[in-house]
Formats: sequence, C-alpha cells, structure tokens
Amino acid sequence: MSKPLPPAEASWSRRRFLAAGASACVLAAVGPGSASRPPFLELRRAKDLSVVEARFYEKLPNRKIRCKLCPRECVIDDQERGYCGVRENRGGTYYTLVHSRPVSIHVDPIEKKPLFHFLPGTEALSLATVGCNVECKFCQNWQISQVRPEQMEAYEASPALIAELARESGSPTIAYTYTEPVVFAEYMYDCAVEGRKRGIRSVMISNGYIQREAMLELCSVLDAVKIDLKAFTQRFYTELVAGELKPVLDTLKLLVSRRMWTEIVYLMIPTKNDAKQEIREMCRWIVSELGPDVPVHFTRFYPQYRLRNLPPTPLATLRMAREIALEEGIRFAYIGNVPGEEGENTYCPHCHVVLIRRAGYSILENNLRAGRCSKCGEKIPGVWS
Amino acid sequence: MDRRAFLRSLAVGPFLVGLSPKGRVQARPPLRAERGGKSVVAQARDPSVWRDGQLVEGKVGELLDRAVAAAFGYRDPAEVWKQLVARGDRVGIKVNCLSGRRMSTNLPLVWAIIERLRGAGISANDIVVWDRLDADLEKAGYPVRRRGQGPRFCGNDSVGYYEGLFAVGEIGSLVSNVAVRDCDVLINVPVLKDHGIVGVTLALKNYFGAIHNPNKYHARCGDPYIADVNLIPALRQKTRLIICDALEAQCEGGPPFMPQWAWRYSALLVATDPVALDYVGWQIIETRRKEVGLPTLREAGREPTYILTAADAQHRLGVADMAKIEVVEG
Repeated sequence: MSKPLPPAEASWSRRRFLAAGASACVLAAVGPGSASRPPFLELRRAKDLSVVEARFYEKLPNRKIRCKLCPRECVIDDQERGYCGVRENRGGTYYTLVHSRPVSIHVDPIEKKPLFHFLPGTEALSLATVGCNVECKFCQNWQISQVRPEQMEAYEASPALIAELARESGSPTIAYTYTEPVVFAEYMYDCAVEGRKRGIRSVMISNGYIQREAMLELCSVLDAVKIDLKAFTQRFYTELVAGELKPVLDTLKLLVSRRMWTEIVYLMIPTKNDAKQEIREMCRWIVSELGPDVPVHFTRFYPQYRLRNLPPTPLATLRMAREIALEEGIRFAYIGNVPGEEGENTYCPHCHVVLIRRAGYSILENNLRAGRCSKCGEKIPGVWS
Repeated sequence: MDRRAFLRSLAVGPFLVGLSPKGRVQARPPLRAERGGKSVVAQARDPSVWRDGQLVEGKVGELLDRAVAAAFGYRDPAEVWKQLVARGDRVGIKVNCLSGRRMSTNLPLVWAIIERLRGAGISANDIVVWDRLDADLEKAGYPVRRRGQGPRFCGNDSVGYYEGLFAVGEIGSLVSNVAVRDCDVLINVPVLKDHGIVGVTLALKNYFGAIHNPNKYHARCGDPYIADVNLIPALRQKTRLIICDALEAQCEGGPPFMPQWAWRYSALLVATDPVALDYVGWQIIETRRKEVGLPTLREAGREPTYILTAADAQHRLGVADMAKIEVVEG
C-alpha cells in the first residue's frame, strides 16, 4: 500500500544519510539556489535493490565480466562491483542494482540543468539514482553520487511511474541528472521510452564518460544532452576527476553528429582549469569540431567535497572566459551560478538584442518568436517548442 | 608532497575527522610483535586441523594459541590477550566474508578469537564481528545478530558510517561506525588469497570493507589507495592484532572461490605489522603459483605494489623487506 511522503521527509538530511546506513528519501534541492519542488504522486520506498540484467557488458571465462558501458571497461569478478558501485556480477551475469530505484526526484526549472536553448521557462521532472563513474574532487552531490545503493534508501519507481509523475507535475521533460545518469543507463532508456509514449521528452545531464554504443542507443530516445566538460587537459581529468578527457570529447562529437541538441558546461576552478590558453584551445576545438552553435556555460565553482581549499571563482575569471569564447566564435556563451549577471542572458548573435533575459532560474523576458529573433528574424538554434 | 605535508593533509578542513579516533584513551602503548628491531610474522601450521573436509574446532584454537604465543614470544597465549585488550574495551573483529562459505574467514576461527577475548576479560556484549554487509556475513554462514546479548555480527549496512569524511592521500571515504565510534580495539582477520585486480587481498586490503566506496579504489592495482585507507586514524591506531586465516588459501581467480586454485595451507599467520604480514602472505601465494605453473603476479599484470607503498616514507605502516621481517614458526 503506497503512502504519500510526509512533509517531514521532504528535506535532505546529511546526518540522517550518514546515520545507521540508511538515509531519508531525498526530496531536497541539489545545488545552490533551489527552485525545486516535489512531485505530486505517491511514491513507495524500495525494500530492496533492483536486480535487472545490465545491457552493456560481455561475459568472460571464470564467471568474470567486462562492462562495456563506460570507457573504464571494468573487468569484474563474481560477487564484485564495477567502479560505479551500482552494477554487480552475480555468477557471471551483470546486473544493475539501481533500475527503478531513484533516490532523488524533484521538479526543477530546465534552466537549472542548465539547458538554456531547450524549452525555456518549462520544468523538468528531475531524477537520480546513486552512483557515478568518476570521482570529481569537487562534486557537489557526493552524498548521493559517491555511495552505493544499499547506503541510501530509495524509491521504487518504475519507468511508467516516472513518466506519469512527469505528466502529473506538468513537466514536459524528464531530466536524468544530479549524479551520473550513465550509471543508470538502462533505467534512463526505459523511462525515456515511457515518456515518449506520453509526449514527454528526455534530457541527460552527464559527464559524457560513456562508450559509443551505449550513447548511440540512448540517442534514439533522448531529446537533449548537457555535457560537463570538466577541463581541456588530461592532467585535470587524471588528478581531479579520475577519468579521461578524450572519451568525453568523442561523446560530444557523436552527439553533434547525431543532431542531438547539446550544451556544454565548464565549471571554472581557480588555478585548476581557468588558464586563458586552455579556455581558448577548448573554444577553438568546440567551434571546429562541434560548430559555433553549441552553447557553452562557464559556471562558478564553490568549494565542495574534497576540494575545499580554493575560493569561489572570481566573477572576472568567468567574464574573461566568456569573452574568449565569443572571440573564438562561439555564438552562445553564458555565465552560470551568478544570478543577475548579464552573461546569463541569451543575445541575438546577429543584432545583439536580448532574446531571453534571465535571473537565476527565472525567465524575465523572452523575445524569441518561433525560434527566431523578434527584431531581426535571425534563426536561433535550440529546441523552442 | 613530503611526509609532513602529507600528514597535515589528514586533518584540514571542517569536514575531516581529526587524528584522534573516538573511543577510550589507551593507558599503555599497544603490544607489538617485534624482535631485534624486526617485525615478527608468526606462522602456525597443522594439516590435522582438517578432518573429512571439515575444520576441527579444537585444533583451530590450538593453532591460534601457537601463532599468538610465537608472535609475541610468550609461553602463555592468554597473557598476550591480556596485554592486547583491557577489561571494558569494545572490540571489533573485521572478517572477510565476500566469497561465501569456502573462501571467507572461517567461523571456527572467529569463535576461537571471541573465546580468547572473553578469557582476557572482554564482555561478550562488547564484541562485534563485522564486514561490509549483513548479506555477506550470512552467505559465509555467520549468524547475523545486530543487537541483544552476546557478540554482535553485522555489516556496515546495519551500523552505518561515521558522518565525517576522511580524506587521506588519494582517498575520500566514510568509515564504518564500528571502527570510528563503536570500538576501541580492532582485530583484523583476513583470508590468504589472490585478487584478480589488486594481486592479493590480505590485511591491508581487508580494510576496504571498512569504507563506503571501495569500488572507487581498485585502479592501478589499488596503489596507493589501499595504503591510504590504512592511514585512516581509526583503523591504524585501533588495530591491535592481525590474524590471517590461511587454513584454506587461494592462489588464482580470487576473490571469489575457485576450487581449482584453492589449497589447504592449514595455517594461521599472526602479526601486528600489516605490511609485513601482507608481504609474507604475498610470497606464500607466489610460491604456490610457481608450484602449480602460474606466472608471477607481476607477469600477470597485477603485482600488489600497494604493499610496498604502505611501507614507504609517506605511509610507514610497516615493513616490506624480508631483511626486516622475522618469520617464526608457532
């Protein structure tokens, strides 16, 4: 018998998560400046982990398997898990333990993802399971991304229920976000399929650390992707992410080649990835390999998790990065995590009028008409309706 | 980073737990298994510990007594236990139960340890046998008991993790409440076996079962992550004794049980230096691999270099050099 979630449970309590090996179900804002609200439908707490066979792996001798979901290609012994901690080899068969087991569900503005050229002013039913396939030392959601499924209480929410939740909450989009949706790829795919049956779109908010075959399969059901390009040097990925740069760049190229609406976020961390030359090289690569129409968001870093000895990104640094991007031909460069900053707005690249004026996650003004500048008629790339 | 800077990194920021583990302040320095400036690893072997494929419980206890007495150079092992623990101590026994009944810490050994702790004045209610998950313990044939009278048997999923994040070297982890909050003394009871990713899993690796995210730290054969985990103050400072279960060991295909690679070594290894014990255990596995025609772990691409890292100037968790280790027979 399902029961509505009481209001007292609707806030994230780190203490409760860390106590007794099981946390409260999470229905709280993730990240600064919350504009989230809980969905309406009743949700049931999961009594166990899911045991759904994974879709991207190969069997090896001696009951081992090789995961083919992300570039790590973990080779996993019987009874062991991959790097992500949410997939387990049981007797030579690989299972996802988080299918239909979200730990976080909110209704967020789409601008919070951030996606600025995708249905502006609308909301997205946003969800996450636990787990991640990297370990960023600056992770803002480490309490859910860097844990294993048994360490957090989850909801039991089938893909059909998620699609219904989106419909009930008036969200035209489901966003797979907060942690790393690559690690719950099967669930994301199934939710997206159920969403499409109901006219609801799906967007993936990801680090892009995924193998080509898995990404191609997801492309068939997704409508937009935001990729966190964490830096433009392998050194940064090695030291601060425990990942690789090249597969992320390959994912970006794949997405653009498949005409997937794609936006990039670049979290600027003082002294780590904020060198002018690095920004310039990255912007040149984006223009030459992806084209000038892929929006790039330079967002402000705040000390988090294991990287707490650095200050928040100076506004001047963010402005510098945006200037470089515009100089290098990127037509839509934004500043993020600085509410009220002019760099949040969308400007017509032809006549330079403000097309969409933003303040945080709010749309103050929208001068787009059928995807075109209302002043000069310039076609603006994006998904507007 | 020099050692001073490295150690400073253990205790910076409000999110870190300081160097002092929670628990009772120990009145005396812990007893060490050392002789002539060398770390002692004691080995007691007796094939008759197995009868008709089953362990003979009394024999397991005898092996334990021999190994413990030899490690510390005492005639009476009961005296050693009285030196290792004090009445009122809360004791955590960290087992390795990930591989079911055949390749986990043997339960008769755990009962023998509990019996000797009780003989040293420890209340049964102050003993907890612990591993990663309740289910792991169950699969290995342990009685899961989270509360009530007598020793508790439970996983981290029951007891939870201490709320401070430990950031040490390359790792950032939450640590089991058993180690940080609930116990004053830890006894590390690993199994002697091969590991398909990090080479071998012995004492140092067994503490991956104390953190919330071991899946993040298997890259590069666990080097330096396994060494870093063992620097966590609660683990390093509270561990009084290591008893490696080598009654049945495995030289290939681990950590899961692979009967074709398991052999009855019929031994217990005892030490207080986890690096020395791991180094000796590693050599035992290499010797067995050679006997059965397997390549060395280095040739197999998984040399357990984390054991050497644990002995380096940044970690100083023990010694990984046979010139500094004395192996004694119990």
